[in-house]
Amino acid sequence: MDVRAQLSMVFHLDKCIGCHTCSLACKNVWTSREGAEYMWWNNVETKPGTGYPTLWEDQTKYRGGWEMKGKSLRPRMGRRTGMLTNLFFNPFLPSMDDYYEPWTYQYGHLFTAPQADDQPTARAISKVTGKFMDVEAGPNWDDDMSGSSVYARNDINLSELTDAEREALFRLEQMMFFYIPRICNHCLNPGCVGVCPSGAIYKRAEDGIVLVSQEKCRGWRFCVSGCPYKKTYYNWQTGKSEKCILCYPRVETGQAPACFHTCVGRIRYMGVLLYDAERIEEVAKTPDAGLVEAQRSLILDPNDAKVIAAARKNGIGDDWIASAQKSPTYKFVKQWGIALPLHIEFRTLPMLFYVPPLLPMLASTQNGSYDLGNSDFFGNVEKFRVPMKYMARLFSAGNEEIIKNALKKLLAVRAHKQAQSVGNLSVEKASASLAEAGCNADEAEAIFRLTALPRFEDRFVLPPYHREEVIGLDIEPIKQMGQVGLGFNQPPRRGP
Amino acid sequence: MLETFLFGVFPYVATVVMVVGLIWRYTTNQFSYSTVSSQFLENRQLFWGSVPWHYGIILVLLAHLVGVVFPDGVQAVNGVPLRLYILEGTAFALSLTLLVGLIVLMLRRGISANVRVMTSPMDVVLLFVLLAQVVTGIITAVFYRWGSAWFIQTATPYFWSLFTLSPKVEYMTALPLLSKLHAINFFILVALFPFSRLVHMLSVPLAYLWRPYQIVMWHRRQTRDRVSGL
Ligand code: SF4
Ligand code: SF4
Repeated sequence: MDVRAQLSMVFHLDKCIGCHTCSLACKNVWTSREGAEYMWWNNVETKPGTGYPTLWEDQTKYRGGWEMKGKSLRPRMGRRTGMLTNLFFNPFLPSMDDYYEPWTYQYGHLFTAPQADDQPTARAISKVTGKFMDVEAGPNWDDDMSGSSVYARNDINLSELTDAEREALFRLEQMMFFYIPRICNHCLNPGCVGVCPSGAIYKRAEDGIVLVSQEKCRGWRFCVSGCPYKKTYYNWQTGKSEKCILCYPRVETGQAPACFHTCVGRIRYMGVLLYDAERIEEVAKTPDAGLVEAQRSLILDPNDAKVIAAARKNGIGDDWIASAQKSPTYKFVKQWGIALPLHIEFRTLPMLFYVPPLLPMLASTQNGSYDLGNSDFFGNVEKFRVPMKYMARLFSAGNEEIIKNALKKLLAVRAHKQAQSVGNLSVEKASASLAEAGCNADEAEAIFRLTALPRFEDRFVLPPYHREEVIGLDIEPIKQMGQVGLGFNQPPRRGP
Repeated sequence: MLETFLFGVFPYVATVVMVVGLIWRYTTNQFSYSTVSSQFLENRQLFWGSVPWHYGIILVLLAHLVGVVFPDGVQAVNGVPLRLYILEGTAFALSLTLLVGLIVLMLRRGISANVRVMTSPMDVVLLFVLLAQVVTGIITAVFYRWGSAWFIQTATPYFWSLFTLSPKVEYMTALPLLSKLHAINFFILVALFPFSRLVHMLSVPLAYLWRPYQIVMWHRRQTRDRVSGL
């Protein structure tokens, strides 16, 4: 057992209101620079939809993540030698058109325009060329566009649905959508690291954050294709790749990452997970249907004496172990089994988990009124408007059992609280659905509390980094004097 | 006099500029080492420029290098006329390929608005110097046949005389003007090397072929090592 710690995240999708506050917080802190304007280290997309960059989930197009070749795991981009022959032109690279061309507006014109019959307008100006441009795409261009033939209907996760199912999904009175906020998953088997020819990307062993060394990166851009989530970005100005850094300067000083801290829906949780690094490869090779379970088995019980001993042996401090014992992510992912990874079939073993949304139930407007058509109000999973096949494609590599179990549990918790506080549901009925979901009243209560009433410190259980001690070992004050931001001794400028 | 300078002194000046420049840039500004690729901004025309250019130039450069390092081998190969024809024919085809690539790359820098704004003055200088190099090379090949044969009689001993610090300028002065230009332009490229995007040649990531896929770094251990090493 090779125990390592991972700062891991859970996003509770039922609570996301799609306000994009998280994206803006991140943008303001990290990516409001030339060359980075188009990057959204945190973005929120509407599902069903094609996402950002367009069709990022389509790995036949971008070749991200890993695939099984015989008995071995290999980047979908190909053999190493084959990849190096693509050094001069990467055929799987998304280009700026797949994201969008960043722009601003000619605000000055509003003040300086000469007197005329018409009001002056501020035209869009490209942030790349500085010329006027027509805006054709942008971040969240498909926001709330369920049913759209350009966006929602091209969601590749719908491919296994029958035509009838798809039609039903997009009938106006049945339409549904939900939001997925996405950041880098800080994977256990990161695709971005695996394909970087320069060896510039690495995973920090202490907390699992995946970073691109800006000094070592040579701009080969393979990570951009190699990350199946399209969460590494190429800075066209500096010629270096960049990605979400999980706000490590913030978490190291005991603050939640910017997108977490600002989340309006309070959907985000963060805490330490202990995992067995020895088994990563074995788990990443599991057949699709077993992937979620296999990844769960990789996560270790922080209260187990054996795990604690092995963790100590690996230099994980007692304060980190204590932090892992209090971790909200451990509860959601392992104890309750209601938080699931996004597209684990890409086999990077993402360490960001989603509590799937309880979508509106199947309803019809036959009698001129909105008819839920069933007595138990919240209904059951079979009656979801969105077919389970779709949800399973997103969150459990096609395994419908797993997603159903998670949703059943979430429904049972609601039934339990409804019986308790509203009383329109009998206690027996509520207990029956709890039992069916493999849950009990205590657990339901705990899920309810952490979902609906968590305090700041319940949501973010950050381990102590002891920056105050480390900094003395790490930094030479005289040499580092006047450095900017992330440890550069000079401004990060593009080479001649 | 001028030729003594150009072929006896300038090569050394260029080499010193390159070595010092590279060390200086690497130590003070490793961040600036990058391919500064523009594929992200324009990826249709790039294919028709970058691929022929890179594969062509790598092979042609290698051929020159082989001529300098293994002249006997080249001579042996060229002993049979048929082999000489094949060698020269291939080299010529490659140089036309890379010329096409280079021209596409140059046009692309002008045509694509996105790429144009990301073009530095050094990029322009570099492209023209490279064009001069390719064109002088190709015209030499057309007018003075069987370069692979006479190269090893002239350029090869000249290069070796440079290495041994006793430059024999007469090897070069005897050559036609085009070849002289080709040689001088080469040393200009050497001098430009550290100050342009050419530095990405030093980053060819061959180590990728045998490193493990995953890279994990222990900050704690590194710090401990560094501190105990003090
Ligand atoms: S999600 Fe993050 S860690 Fe995972 S492959 Fe992509 S960039 Fe790398
Ligand atoms: S801030 Fe929170 S609620 Fe708002 S979009 Fe982001 S994740 Fe959703």
